[in-house]
Amino acid sequence: MTYVASRVLSSLGVLLGAFTLAFVLLQALPGDAVMIRFENPELGLTAEQIAAIRESYGADSGLLAEYWHALSGALGGDLGYSVASGAPVRVLVGEALGSTLLLAGLGFVAAVLLAGLLAFAASLSPFSWLATLLRSLPSLFISVPVFWLGIVLIQLFSFRLGWISVIRPGPVEALILPVLTLAVPISAPLAQVLLRAIDDVRAQPFVAVVRAKGASEPWLLVRNVLRNAALPAMTIAGVLLGELIGGAVVTETVFARFGIGRLTADALNAQDTPVLQAIVIIAAAVFVVVNLAVDLLAPVLDPRLRRRVQA
Amino acid sequence: MSDLLKVTDLSVAYAGRSGSRTVTHGVSFAVAPGEVVALVGESGSGKTTTAQAVIDLLPAGGRVVGGRIELAGEDVTHASARRWRELRGRRVGLIPQDPGASLDPTKRIGDSVAEAFRIHRAAPRRVLGARVEELLDRVGIDDPARRARQYPHELSGGMKQRVLIAAAIALGPGLLIADEPTSALDVTVQRRILDLLEDLRRENGTGILLVTHDLALAADHADRVLVLREGRVQEHGPSAQVLRAPESDYTRRLLADAPTLATPVHRAARTAPDGEQPAVRVRGLSVEFGGHGLGARLRKEQPFRAVDDVSFEIPRGTTHALVGESGSGKTTTARVIAAFQSAASGSVEVLGEDVLTLDSARRRELRRRVQLVYQNPYASLDPRQTILDAVTEPLANFGLEGSAAGRRAHAVQALERVALPAELHHRRPRELSGGQRQRVAIARAIVLHPELLILDEATSALDVTVQAGILRLLDDLQRERGLTYLVISHDLAVVRQIADTVTVLRRGRAVEQSGTAALFADPHEEYTRDLIASIPGKVPS
Repeated sequence: MTYVASRVLSSLGVLLGAFTLAFVLLQALPGDAVMIRFENPELGLTAEQIAAIRESYGADSGLLAEYWHALSGALGGDLGYSVASGAPVRVLVGEALGSTLLLAGLGFVAAVLLAGLLAFAASLSPFSWLATLLRSLPSLFISVPVFWLGIVLIQLFSFRLGWISVIRPGPVEALILPVLTLAVPISAPLAQVLLRAIDDVRAQPFVAVVRAKGASEPWLLVRNVLRNAALPAMTIAGVLLGELIGGAVVTETVFARFGIGRLTADALNAQDTPVLQAIVIIAAAVFVVVNLAVDLLAPVLDPRLRRRVQA
Repeated sequence: MSDLLKVTDLSVAYAGRSGSRTVTHGVSFAVAPGEVVALVGESGSGKTTTAQAVIDLLPAGGRVVGGRIELAGEDVTHASARRWRELRGRRVGLIPQDPGASLDPTKRIGDSVAEAFRIHRAAPRRVLGARVEELLDRVGIDDPARRARQYPHELSGGMKQRVLIAAAIALGPGLLIADEPTSALDVTVQRRILDLLEDLRRENGTGILLVTHDLALAADHADRVLVLREGRVQEHGPSAQVLRAPESDYTRRLLADAPTLATPVHRAARTAPDGEQPAVRVRGLSVEFGGHGLGARLRKEQPFRAVDDVSFEIPRGTTHALVGESGSGKTTTARVIAAFQSAASGSVEVLGEDVLTLDSARRRELRRRVQLVYQNPYASLDPRQTILDAVTEPLANFGLEGSAAGRRAHAVQALERVALPAELHHRRPRELSGGQRQRVAIARAIVLHPELLILDEATSALDVTVQAGILRLLDDLQRERGLTYLVISHDLAVVRQIADTVTVLRRGRAVEQSGTAALFADPHEEYTRDLIASIPGKVPS
């Protein structure tokens, strides 16, 4: 119980840290959104008018006061207003989040399936040439840039083969290529870690003991090896989420999908601080939640970790 | 065809980069029901390879290149993988070497034992629980229902080996292959496990192929002994005969090098000159683990006492041994003496310094005068360093012997003193044998001219002949340089050969202390008697 409490507590600490760091970094940037939007000479605003606008946004109050304002607002669910469009950040992010979560979630599931399939096929392959080939695939996958893969997939499946329409596709059709684009580079490190872990576990004496009981290779892999090898793969899966968020930005741009990725790119261009601040918090929250889930799941997979959990 | 196993002219080869290498040559033997046959030899003798071939579990690249293997009359030399899967578990079972790593850590004990039934679909699911409990009870595990729900890490090494035996006998195979089944266990546990195998043999008529490096153990427990060397049979016969009247020189050397309680002690006992300060003086030493910190205090956790009120002295130039089973606190005590571990109470004086209150500069200086040699030299040597670099390094660390050239010259001297010839000096640890690596570790320790050497199970991983060589070297060094030794060992036969005084530890307490000869002649404590009685090969009748 104390284990869960301490993990949750430290997760909250990480969130607060991320919020503060993002705030400091965004404030430290020269210039701000107010300046970009209103100090344009073409608007012909006088210095007094600009000062009035700055005050209305609270742009010139003390740093600490601003921090406190932003933090207390965020805790209450009020993320402020976009400087660029004037819309509430909560609404903007809310609209984008669903589509991105769907893309990232499906991308992650596809990556896990791809990695698992690869590791299985490479471990059970009866021919050594096939195993070698399969084992070299992850290094190929990892070196493929997301934007390039997206463009190649569109070229091949949409323009050459005409299987998937890029113009006004249905909701499912629109997801296939982006999910694939996102999944391939994520699956590569996952497959590498899983393969390595499977090799390590297979070299352990207990595997020979199960073999000596008459077990076949698939039996061994499914019932003994996989559970032992899952732990390192799961740990890396938590880390790979960062890649998933970064990948979503590029994928959404390439496939012209609306989502957090696009929102981020637009907000960056406009130096829209409140939107960026909200995106950082959401990314950090997703990270923290997933890694917390990994930490809490680990003792379920490996009974040796349970003692520490109970202590 | 009454033999469970008949091996005729078996040759096994490994495919390597430079072609195929044959590792066993024409090995023949048979195991009848109710018979224990021991394959004995040093590492690299082909004993494990032979055992693996018999159950078709040779490592990748290994294959049978000649001869025949028959299991209960069936020629299985070229049996299909499918046929072998049917045979394994049903006809032939395996008891592995290292019980600690031989159970799936994520599976409950009961599931591991039930695995053979499930693989072979040999019992309906609803009776599995009852069958598992029967088996656990059969191998002497108390409260089998509760144990079946536990995980491997919750069991001791001896209990894990019992569980592995239960799993191996689940389908009642006629033949069991036991590959060094007790080498990872304490002596007293070792004897109980071997007694269990003896019961199985007597009551079920199980034939056992026992693989071991320990000739004395083989002689105690096997009906017949096969001595292997470099893949060839050196000697084959009833164990009493092999032990009493060995035919080959090799067997005679193995017997001479293996210390048993029957071996005469050649070493003259050493005593320090009167009035001299002892090298080590330990008084009322206690060491505790855990129970500190806020969390532990909140949970009202009691600290664990690893060492409890232990006192002893080691006169200069003599050897003191700390003996006991795992968990008895012997290594913790040594770590305090080497200033690697703090103590809860007591005083420890080493070479005139109070170890427990040293500042870091004095502690560093003491480290030069106190050196350690561990059980596994492969793990304690940097795999990328040549052995000459490894031996030069401590001199450079302490800035001794002037120039780099001077240090190298000293390192070469140290390596020559431990009988490692110049052509080996530029090799890396993995290119050396286990005995050579341990010599490097000793050279690395003596190059600093220490006064106290702590030997933590320094010879337990070595073959008997190699061990005998290392023990001779240590004895010579002690005589030449007046070194003081603190020896940590679970092997009482070795301790009897090299120690002047002994402290027997049990659960952190010193249960008995005396001169070595007196301890073995007249042990006072039940525990000490039990330890001594567990040493194999005491009665070469």
